[in-house]
Amino acid sequence: MTDATATQTPPRRGGLLELDARTRRRNAAEARFRLYGLIAVGIGMLALVLLLISVLSSGLGAFQQTSLRLDVTLTEKALDKTGSRDPEVMKKVTTITYGKLLEQALAKTIEDKGIVIDGLSKTDIKDMISKDAAARVRDRVLAHPDLIGETVPFTVLANGRIDGYLKGRVTMDSAQRDSNVSPNQLLLADALRADGTLYKAFNWAFITAPDASELRPEAAGLGVAILGSAYMMIVVLCLSLPLGVATSIYLEEFAPKNRITDLIEVNISNLAAVPSIVFGILGLAIFINFAGLPQSAPIVGGLVLTLMTLPTIIISTRAALKAVPPSIRDAALGIGASKMQSIFHHVLPLAMPGILTGTIIGLAQALGETAPLLLIGMVAFVREYPDAPPEGFFDPASALPVQVYNWTQRADPAFVERASGAIIVLLVFLLAMNAVAILLRRRFERRW
Amino acid sequence: MNDMTRVDPRTEVADVKISARKAQVYYGDNHAIRDVDVDINARMVTAFIGPSGCGKSTFLRSLNRMNDTIPGCRVEGTILLDGENIYDRRVDPVQLRAKVGMVFQKPNPFPKSIYDNVAYGPRIHGLTRTKAELDEVVETSLRRAALWAEVKDRLHAPGTGLSGGQQQRLCIARAVATSPEVLLMDEPCSALDPIATAQVEELIDELRAQFSVVIVTHSMQQAARVSQRTAFFHLGNLVEFGATDQIFTNPGDPRTESYITGRIG
Ligand SMILES: Nc1ncnc2c1ncn2[C@@H]1O[C@H](COP(=O)(O)OP(=O)(O)OP(=O)(O)O)[C@@H](O)[C@H]1O
Ligand SMILES: [Mg+2]
Repeated sequence: MTDATATQTPPRRGGLLELDARTRRRNAAEARFRLYGLIAVGIGMLALVLLLISVLSSGLGAFQQTSLRLDVTLTEKALDKTGSRDPEVMKKVTTITYGKLLEQALAKTIEDKGIVIDGLSKTDIKDMISKDAAARVRDRVLAHPDLIGETVPFTVLANGRIDGYLKGRVTMDSAQRDSNVSPNQLLLADALRADGTLYKAFNWAFITAPDASELRPEAAGLGVAILGSAYMMIVVLCLSLPLGVATSIYLEEFAPKNRITDLIEVNISNLAAVPSIVFGILGLAIFINFAGLPQSAPIVGGLVLTLMTLPTIIISTRAALKAVPPSIRDAALGIGASKMQSIFHHVLPLAMPGILTGTIIGLAQALGETAPLLLIGMVAFVREYPDAPPEGFFDPASALPVQVYNWTQRADPAFVERASGAIIVLLVFLLAMNAVAILLRRRFERRW
Repeated sequence: MNDMTRVDPRTEVADVKISARKAQVYYGDNHAIRDVDVDINARMVTAFIGPSGCGKSTFLRSLNRMNDTIPGCRVEGTILLDGENIYDRRVDPVQLRAKVGMVFQKPNPFPKSIYDNVAYGPRIHGLTRTKAELDEVVETSLRRAALWAEVKDRLHAPGTGLSGGQQQRLCIARAVATSPEVLLMDEPCSALDPIATAQVEELIDELRAQFSVVIVTHSMQQAARVSQRTAFFHLGNLVEFGATDQIFTNPGDPRTESYITGRIG
């Protein structure tokens, strides 16, 4: 086009010190692009921060629990009329009797401390204490019958409303309208708190205790759910990692490139996009109805989640294997290594960081998955801890995300706090898994 | 097209190691090597020369079945190693490659330590029994590849951390360490400085005592210096094959002459 202007010496452009229009335009475009990038990152971070703030603000309370320190007199007359200390006989005494003892203990404390509140009724006093407390005391007495007849210091849970009052969820105003708590109880709580009988402390039981019924939010814990989730993750890891890696190595390195391989490939990608609830239906039909595995069992949950996780692991493992330069394979083959040796000595170690990242992402997804677990009965109310593996895989258990779902369904606002607390626990587990992924990746990368 | 001149080797009794007859290589529909007949003698260096893209690497790779790994690549005709067809169904390419080692055109050290790179072959083939023996193999291999002096103090540093030329010598050491019977070298000196090149050429000359060596090179001088026999390829055909002196002093084909004198390429 510009042949006509072709000359011996190129036309002199501007000096280096001033930018020409073209450079300036390019620089402006780059600056704009960087700005867009920054804005995108900012929005992402903001969403994350908001999420964390909302979860932390509503959930941190679950890690604190209000308790009462009471000296309970375990009278023989009430607990073991015959004096035989025979556990079979003592088991006949119900929690109602123990509840009365607790009530008396609290009433005595109030009297001793000289706390006077007008119109404080007996029920008010009784309802200060969690309904769960009597069962705890009973368990302890049945385990140590020699305590009978003595006055023993007990730490018992306070009622969920009183706990809510200490955490600011319940106020004098709301108590007026609430049939479950009276303003007098709140006054009493203030008084007991002032002298240290009533106090808030770190709530280990939230992490270790099993779920509790609708009426005892203060006693509900995540123990069974954490165990159930852990068992499921063990099943998922033990099944999906070897299966996924073996599948990927076969497909990537050994399988002939033909129609069937293509078909398998397409189907694996499709499997990754199947809604998780479909896996739940599949699990219900195959593992429970057909294979006859028990409902609510971590083994079934683990199998269903394995099906879900496999495509993720296969896809990321194949990508990792593909990313290993072919020259490394040639190098190994060229000095007489077998295909298997070239893969296991050279390709797999190089692909390991990618495989691990994929696996952890898959596991993290599985850990947070709720829908398929609902279908295989993991919503059931389970108070019994599952046994140690491997028998425990077949015992009923709950799972963390299902526990969150469960608690959000309950009426008492104390359960909302519990649900947010469970989300925090779930997030901590996810963070821990990611940290492990990063550590493993580092370890493998250090080997170049 | 196929007017190639065959010249018998001069004095040495031809002790044929590899013999190719009517060898064809296809990449899918692309007929990359046509009707190549070559005899590679034991204890001799054979050079493959020819313009870029003429199929030197392709033919070299078909001598130890490295082409098997390329999807769509087919080899026809016969290629015999010590009289046995290497494309026979009963031949395990892994066993073949232990006998016919290869140094690739692009340096490809393993992302492991220098020591492990060299020790890998002896390890998988069980060539050494003790650590001391292995150490010795590693040292002699590195010495032969003219790399020992540069790396003896950092044998456990990553092989990928070496310069390009050093990496190529590491790959040579790695190939030498398995003591193959035939060593195929695809442009082993293309990334080396003159000093290292001289050292590698010395190595090739030394290897000739025991092995046969096939070297692909773009340097006429190198072909003339190290090889006893030279094959000239052009557009997938073997144009001329014979004693190196003969090819360089008295080429029989006009294409060979114009390539050697730098008119085509
Ligand atoms: N993996 C492959 N797939 C398809 N075609 C290939 C492949 N490798 C090489 N070819 C083709 O085969 C022909 C010969 O290539 P080859 O690599 O053997 O050339 P060469 O002589 O080694 O060249 P150079 O001197 O540049 O290395 C070329 O036309 C190339 O396009
Ligand atoms: Mg080449």
